[in-house]
Amino acid sequence: MFSRRTLIAVSLVGSMLIAGSAAAQTLRIGLAEDPDVLDPTLSRTFVSGIVRTALCDKLFDIGLELEIVPQLATKWEWTADKQGLVISLRSNVKFHDGEPFDAAAVKYSIERHLTMPGSTRKRDISAISGVEIIDDHTAKLQLSAAFAPLLAQLAGPAGTIISPKAARAAGENFGSHPVCAGPFKFVERVAQDRIVVERFADYWDNDKIKIDRIVYLPIPDSTVRLANLQSGGLDLTQVAATDLDTVRKDPGLKLAAVNGIGYSGISINVANGERSTLPLGRDARVRQALELSIDREALNQVVFNGENQPGNQWVSPTNPYYLKEFPIPARDVATAKALLAAASAPNPVITMTATNNPVVLQTAQVIQAMAKESGFDIRIQAAEFASALQLAAKGDFEAFLLGWTGRIDPDGNIYNLVTCNSPFNDGHYCNPEVDRELDAARMVDARAERLVHYRIVAEHILKDLPIVYLYHGKWLYAASARLSGFVPYPDGLIRPQGLQMK
Amino acid sequence: MATFLLRRLALVLPTLFFVSVLVFGLQQLLPGDAALALAGEERDPAVVAFLRQKYHLDDPLPTRYLLWVKGVLAGDLGESIRIKRPVRDLVLEKLPVTAELAALAIVIALSIGLPMGILAAVKNDSAVDYAATMVALWGRSIPNFWLGILLILLFSVEWGLLPASGFVSPAESLSRNLATLIMPAFVLGNAIAAVMMRHTRSALLEVLSSDYVRTARAKGLSETRVVLHHALRNALVPVITLGALEFGELLSGAVLTEQVFTIPGFGKLIVDAVFNRDYAVVQGVVLCTALAFILLNLLADVAYALVNPRLRG
Repeated sequence: MFSRRTLIAVSLVGSMLIAGSAAAQTLRIGLAEDPDVLDPTLSRTFVSGIVRTALCDKLFDIGLELEIVPQLATKWEWTADKQGLVISLRSNVKFHDGEPFDAAAVKYSIERHLTMPGSTRKRDISAISGVEIIDDHTAKLQLSAAFAPLLAQLAGPAGTIISPKAARAAGENFGSHPVCAGPFKFVERVAQDRIVVERFADYWDNDKIKIDRIVYLPIPDSTVRLANLQSGGLDLTQVAATDLDTVRKDPGLKLAAVNGIGYSGISINVANGERSTLPLGRDARVRQALELSIDREALNQVVFNGENQPGNQWVSPTNPYYLKEFPIPARDVATAKALLAAASAPNPVITMTATNNPVVLQTAQVIQAMAKESGFDIRIQAAEFASALQLAAKGDFEAFLLGWTGRIDPDGNIYNLVTCNSPFNDGHYCNPEVDRELDAARMVDARAERLVHYRIVAEHILKDLPIVYLYHGKWLYAASARLSGFVPYPDGLIRPQGLQMK
Repeated sequence: MATFLLRRLALVLPTLFFVSVLVFGLQQLLPGDAALALAGEERDPAVVAFLRQKYHLDDPLPTRYLLWVKGVLAGDLGESIRIKRPVRDLVLEKLPVTAELAALAIVIALSIGLPMGILAAVKNDSAVDYAATMVALWGRSIPNFWLGILLILLFSVEWGLLPASGFVSPAESLSRNLATLIMPAFVLGNAIAAVMMRHTRSALLEVLSSDYVRTARAKGLSETRVVLHHALRNALVPVITLGALEFGELLSGAVLTEQVFTIPGFGKLIVDAVFNRDYAVVQGVVLCTALAFILLNLLADVAYALVNPRLRG
C-alpha cells in the first residue's frame, strides 16, 4: 500500500494544517446564516442578534427564567401612573471608542430607534413618547400610555445603547462598524465568510470575560456545521435535532439545550380574501376538528425525536404565563369527525403552505397523515421563505405552517399576531374582545393581573383557533468539550460572559 | 486577424445588454418581494414602505432598469439591501476567491484528465482504456454536493487532516489557503477531468491515425516521442478550448460546491442574494460573470483562430 515515508509525510502535512487552524486563541461560533446589517436599529435577523450580544450591552437583559435583570441599568422604578420609567444607569461604563456611557447616550439611542427611517425597533417601543435626562446617570422614559412589556422590550434589541459620537459620524453606515458598550469590539467582517470581534479591555464587567477573540462563521448547512465542530473548525454552534445522536455519541462534544420562547403552529386564513371563504376559514368547527386530529406528542416524537415541547398556547407549558386550565387537548378522531359533519364538511380539502425546509415539510406530512383519518384531505404547498412571506401577506393561503421566533414578554407572542388590523395578522382574525383584553394586559404590571386578561383571550383564541399552536422548539447547541461556561438562554442568544477554552 | 477581433468585440456590448435585460426581467418573475423578505418576521408596514421607496421597488420596471444602467455606466453596481454594502465591493471581494478556486480546479482537472486521456488513447481498446473511461464516467456522474460531504467526513471528521469548510486568504497563510481549497477544487476538478479525458482521448486517437504520425513512426522515432511531441500538441487544441470554457463556467460560481464548503465566492453570493431577493447583488454578479464568460470565450476563439487560419474568415 503506502510506503512508510509517504505516511509520515502525510501525517506531517496534516499536523501542520491542524496546528495552523488551532493556533489562534479564539472562540469560533458557527451561525446558521450570514447576519444582515449589524446596526441594532435596523437589523432584523436572529443571527445578527447573536453577534450583537457580544458587541452591545442593553439596558436590561433576561435571566434563565425569563426574569428581567439589569445590564447597563442598575435599577428602575415606574412612576405612580405607570406612564414613566425612571432608570438609574451604571457609572464608569465606556463605549468602544472611549466615549462615556450616560443618560445622553440612552436618550440618543432610544430616539434613534424611534425615528430613524427603516427602524425595526420603532414598533417595539412606540409607547415611548419622550426621553428625559434627569442627571448624567438617570434617564426617564415617558410613555403615552401604560405599557407593561416595556422592560422586556428594553431587554431585547430596542434596549441596545450605542455610542452617539460614532453613530452620528457613521450615519446610515453605523452597521458596518458598530460601536457599543459590550464586552467585545468589532474588528472586521467579510460578507458570508466571518465576523471577528475582540475583547474590549475597558468593559465594565471584564472579570467575566475569558476569551480574547470571537470569530463568527456563517455555515448554512447543518451537516457541514457539525462536521466543522467535530473536526475542530468550530467550538460552538447550533445543531439540528436530527444531529443530536451524533453529538451525544461523540466524546469530544457536549450538548446544551434550553426551551425556546417561540412557537410553531398552523396559521389559518379566516378573513383575508377569497381563500378565507373555504370551510376551514369560514367555520371554527372545522378548525377545531383539525386540532383534534393532531397528536402533538406523536408529532414531536416522529419529527423531532421528542426533543421539542408540544404546546397549545402562544407560550410553552413551562412558561409562567401558560394557562394550565387550558391543557393540550388529546387527539380525538371521533369528535373531529362529528365536528366536520356538524359543519357540513365531512371531507374538507385544505391546501397547507409550508416553507421549503425538510423539517417543516416532514411536520406537514405527519399532520397530513393524522388529519386524513378524520376526513381531511390536506395538500401541501411548499414555498421558499421569501415567496411564503408574500403569500402570507397577500392572504394567498388557507393554512400556513409557520413559526414565530418568540419574544420575552407573552404580549410579543400574541398581540401583533391576532389583533384586528395588525400587520403580522395574516389571517385577518378580528375579535374586539380579544383586542380589549390584550390591551388591558398591557396596562397592568403584575403577572396575576395580566393572567386574568390572558385567560379571557385564551377562551376566545383556543375556540376560534386562528392559529393552531403545535409545539415550542428548543435551542440546541453543541460545543467542543474544551469549552466551559456555556449557558444556553431561552432567547437563543449566545452570551460570551463566562465562556472559557481549556 | 484584426477584423476578426473587432467583429468579436463588437458583439460583447449587445450580449451584455441582452444578458442584463434578461436577468432584470427574470428576477421580476420570481415570487416574493425584496422588502418583505428583508423585513422578515417583523414586517412592519412602515419599514416595508420605507424599503420599497428607498430601493425604488415600486417604480416601473423600465425606470428601475434605466436607473441601474445609469449606475453601472458610472461604475456603481448598486447596494446590497441586506448587508448595506456596495455590490462593486462585494464583487471585488469574491472574484479572487472564485478565480483561485476555479484555477485550482482546472489544474486538478488537467492533471487527472490529460494523462488519463493520453493513456486511454495510446492503449486504445485495452483494459487501461476501459478503466480510464469508467473513472471518467464516475467523475462526471457523481453529484458534487455528495462527494463534497463525503470528503469532509473523511478528511476532516475522520482523519482530521483538512479544515471542513471556510476560506483563508493566501495573503494570510498560503498553506491554510490551500488546505481550505483543496477539497472543493478536487470536487470541481474531478467532474471536469472526466470531460477532459474523453476529449483528449478522442482527439489523440484521431491525430494518431493521421499521415504525419505514420511518417514520424516510419522515421523510427520512439512511440513516446511520437505521442508526446508530435501527436499531443495538435490533439491539445480542442482540450485547451474546453479548459477555457470550463474555467469561464466555474467563474460564474460553483454554486453547490461553494455552498457545501462555505467558500465565500460568487456562487455563494448569488445563492444567498436570490433567496433574499437582493436584486442589486444578483444583477451585479450576473453582469460580471457574463462579462468574464464572454471574454474567456473570446480568448478561446482567438486561440483557435491563431491555430486554424480558416476560422478567421
